[in-house]
Amino acid sequence: MTKTLELEVNGRREKVEVAPETPLLTVLRNDLGLKAPKFGCGLGQCGACTVHMDGVAIRSCATPVSSAAGSRLTTLEGLAPGGTLHAVQQAFIDEQAAQCGFCINGWIMSAAALLQANPKASEEAIRVGLAGLKCRCGTHMAILRAVRLAQSRLASGSKA
Amino acid sequence: MSAPMDDLVVTQRGVTRRDFLRSGGALVVSFALPGCVSPGAREKPLPVAGAAWPAKLDASSLDTWLAIAADGSVTANVGKIDAGMGIGTAFAQVVAEELDVPVERVTVVMGDTAMTPDQRGTGSSNGIIQGGAALRRAGAAGRAALLELASKRLDVPVAGLEAHDGVVSAKKDASKRVSYGELVGGKRFDVKVAEKAKAKDPRTYRVVGKPVPRFDIPHKVRGEYRYVADLVVPGMLHGRVVRPPQAGATLTNLNLSQRLPGLVRIVQRGNFVGVVCEREEQAVAAARALEIEWSSPPPMYWTDYEALYRHLRTGLAVTTEHDKQDARGDVDAALASAARTVEARYEYPFQSHASMGPACAVADVRDGGAVVWAGCQKPYPLRGAIADLLELPKEKVRVVWMPGPGSYGMNDADDCAADAALLAQAVGRPVRLQYMRADATAWDPKGPPIAFRLRAGLDGSNGVTAWDCEARGFSGRIRPSGTDVAGDSLAGQLIGLKAKSTQLPQYPEESYGFAAKRKVSHLLPWTHSLGTQLRTAHLRDPDGMATCFASESFADEVAYAAGMDPVEFRLRYLTHAGEAAVVKAAAEKAGWQRHTAPRAPQGRIARGQGIAYAPRHGSLVAIVADVEVDRSSGQFRVKRFTVAHDCGFVVNPLNLRGTIEANLMQAMSRAKHEAVRFDTGRVLSVDWITYPIVDIREAPDAVDIVIVNNVPGAKSMGAGEPTTRPVAAAIANALHDALGVRVRRVPFTPESVLAAIRA
Repeated sequence: MTKTLELEVNGRREKVEVAPETPLLTVLRNDLGLKAPKFGCGLGQCGACTVHMDGVAIRSCATPVSSAAGSRLTTLEGLAPGGTLHAVQQAFIDEQAAQCGFCINGWIMSAAALLQANPKASEEAIRVGLAGLKCRCGTHMAILRAVRLAQSRLASGSKA
Repeated sequence: MSAPMDDLVVTQRGVTRRDFLRSGGALVVSFALPGCVSPGAREKPLPVAGAAWPAKLDASSLDTWLAIAADGSVTANVGKIDAGMGIGTAFAQVVAEELDVPVERVTVVMGDTAMTPDQRGTGSSNGIIQGGAALRRAGAAGRAALLELASKRLDVPVAGLEAHDGVVSAKKDASKRVSYGELVGGKRFDVKVAEKAKAKDPRTYRVVGKPVPRFDIPHKVRGEYRYVADLVVPGMLHGRVVRPPQAGATLTNLNLSQRLPGLVRIVQRGNFVGVVCEREEQAVAAARALEIEWSSPPPMYWTDYEALYRHLRTGLAVTTEHDKQDARGDVDAALASAARTVEARYEYPFQSHASMGPACAVADVRDGGAVVWAGCQKPYPLRGAIADLLELPKEKVRVVWMPGPGSYGMNDADDCAADAALLAQAVGRPVRLQYMRADATAWDPKGPPIAFRLRAGLDGSNGVTAWDCEARGFSGRIRPSGTDVAGDSLAGQLIGLKAKSTQLPQYPEESYGFAAKRKVSHLLPWTHSLGTQLRTAHLRDPDGMATCFASESFADEVAYAAGMDPVEFRLRYLTHAGEAAVVKAAAEKAGWQRHTAPRAPQGRIARGQGIAYAPRHGSLVAIVADVEVDRSSGQFRVKRFTVAHDCGFVVNPLNLRGTIEANLMQAMSRAKHEAVRFDTGRVLSVDWITYPIVDIREAPDAVDIVIVNNVPGAKSMGAGEPTTRPVAAAIANALHDALGVRVRRVPFTPESVLAAIRA
């Protein structure tokens, strides 16, 4: 049975007509055309589908769309306002932190949430905080450099 | 919402696809994201099934490779693809260099059978070697053609002209100038790519060899890069497949009249079963709810790895081959007369590609033709296989590569393309098929297991007199290195079509100059695995990590037996100067600590250092691993990797670093964690819990890289795989140094390390 649900995504109100148990990821990608979050496992194990729900990084593949109604959702497309880049995004470019890039949505969204919640995260806290994400190509060294770079820029208030 | 692709292009480079089309079409590109390849999503119009395309593009014609639009923008076509390592940027550099245009003006189109010349696709790290070389010739030919045109236009002899930033001008009169766009914009060159077109002297390079940032990464971090999984085709339906629950199971019952929400069609051919629904979540649900029954065949696999390796060691080989390139002396006699012999056995398991996303493909099959978008590595053979599967003439089939999740050989991409084609054919509408995680991890073709026995003989003064390497494995390419015929695809196998499986012997590559030397490869039959979850296929550096693990682990064992330091041992016996150079460079950079026996320090935490090296098809790599092991748990961490890497002249050093680092992490993952789990009838590795890979906590504190032989004029070789090869051996050797015991089976799990400590 489908239901009409109202979602707030990247600052816009969207109405969708779907079965309430449909994964949030499917609705974001197929109904709202937001393709940055990816289907990696559908099991909440890899993080490629990560979005922010009320500022917290969640796995949208394992979240029924009905439970997202009433929350503020942000996808990578909406991470930085109007054409600008979030410090984490800029750092990923500067450190060339991608191979295939299929997982990169998860790393950027998770790192942004992590640094927001814990701006002074230690090296250990960064590693542990991001440990639930997978990167099959092995971009980890560059990702760590990028997150540390973003952290230092955020701390100094500069973007680049 | 993300910006439409065309707008994005305008913003970034001032060039749009429409400009190309409007330009009158010297060559109409199938998409345009300059320097980068993210085709399709906003393309208008998409290629339509039913049209006809050339059976083969004319690779001798310059127009097949290059087009210059009226605004001077350059489109380069190449029959390679980017599997995630950013090679598109390197291709653009090569073209920009030869043509004398700014690199950002070059758009590279890859892997579209109707648009780009047939170079089979990418594999065996040949992107730069073949694709780069072809583009260099095309660029040089293009420049020569442009200078000739300019000579006529300006009435100045070619020798009196120079080209810079897409403009030709007279050396003596700068007011005499004409741009490339004015010369050929929108028109064909109509010249041949002369094989002898004079490419530039590498010593004069201004773009090649420079650390140009990858064009694709800004799009990726914005979430705007379009993968095949993101492609939306008007009227597209969604598919999922249903696989046999056990190896060899056949379909016994399928309720075709089942009614499920959104269900458009249940598709069945032989043991191939899939569903097509209006919406994606409906297809997922329908595949799960399908009323279907399968036979219960006798067990085809083994109870565990012990049983598998026993089978490999004792089973009857279908072929036994000797490496004729690297054989000398009478090994048996040398072993018999040796003062001492050393012997060891090594084992390497089944491993999965386990790509980051399960494969996805979109197919449109109607009006007597087909278009298939796939994240494949080899679109050209795949085109033939799809034509074969759908019983269509090849001219009526077009395969368009779009980026997939990183692939490392033959992953599940081609299988998905074939499945999508079958589903689309059945419904007569475009179908997007995305596999579920288990369809990918459990069903992708696997890197094959190998069991090794190595023996060496030492004389009275500890010189190595004999070296004997024996590998026993499966005909490792049951699933060939390209999908050439329908039977090479999983769908074809489930239908019962014949595969074109191949075999290659499994020899380590090295240049040790021992007096007597022999390498033997026994291949066991495994054709009955076709259509099951343990089909074997190419996985990054096929067999290379396994053979090097055995050979380079054994080199250390023999070195210690001879009372020699592992680095000194290699430098004494290596006959190839380049190989000795990388060993030396890695050891120096790593601060190698000389030792002639494992140091195995006391205490709970033990540190060790290990080296391994490998040549790979002309590229050379040596790696030193520094590890720290907890004796109480068997857990270890690589603290530092030091890599010496020689792939000749480096096109893009910035990107090479990323590629080397990623190779290290992935190969470390395979060495530490990865073995496909199975029982007698099924693969039990179905997700990231049951097929664990490395996580970021394990990333080393440091990776130091020394680039060797990076000089203009040194031929540019592949870098996509060579670093992978020695990683397992380097770690095993470091563990041995730390613990005094040797781990001879991959993966080096805490349990196996503990078992070695306690043995």
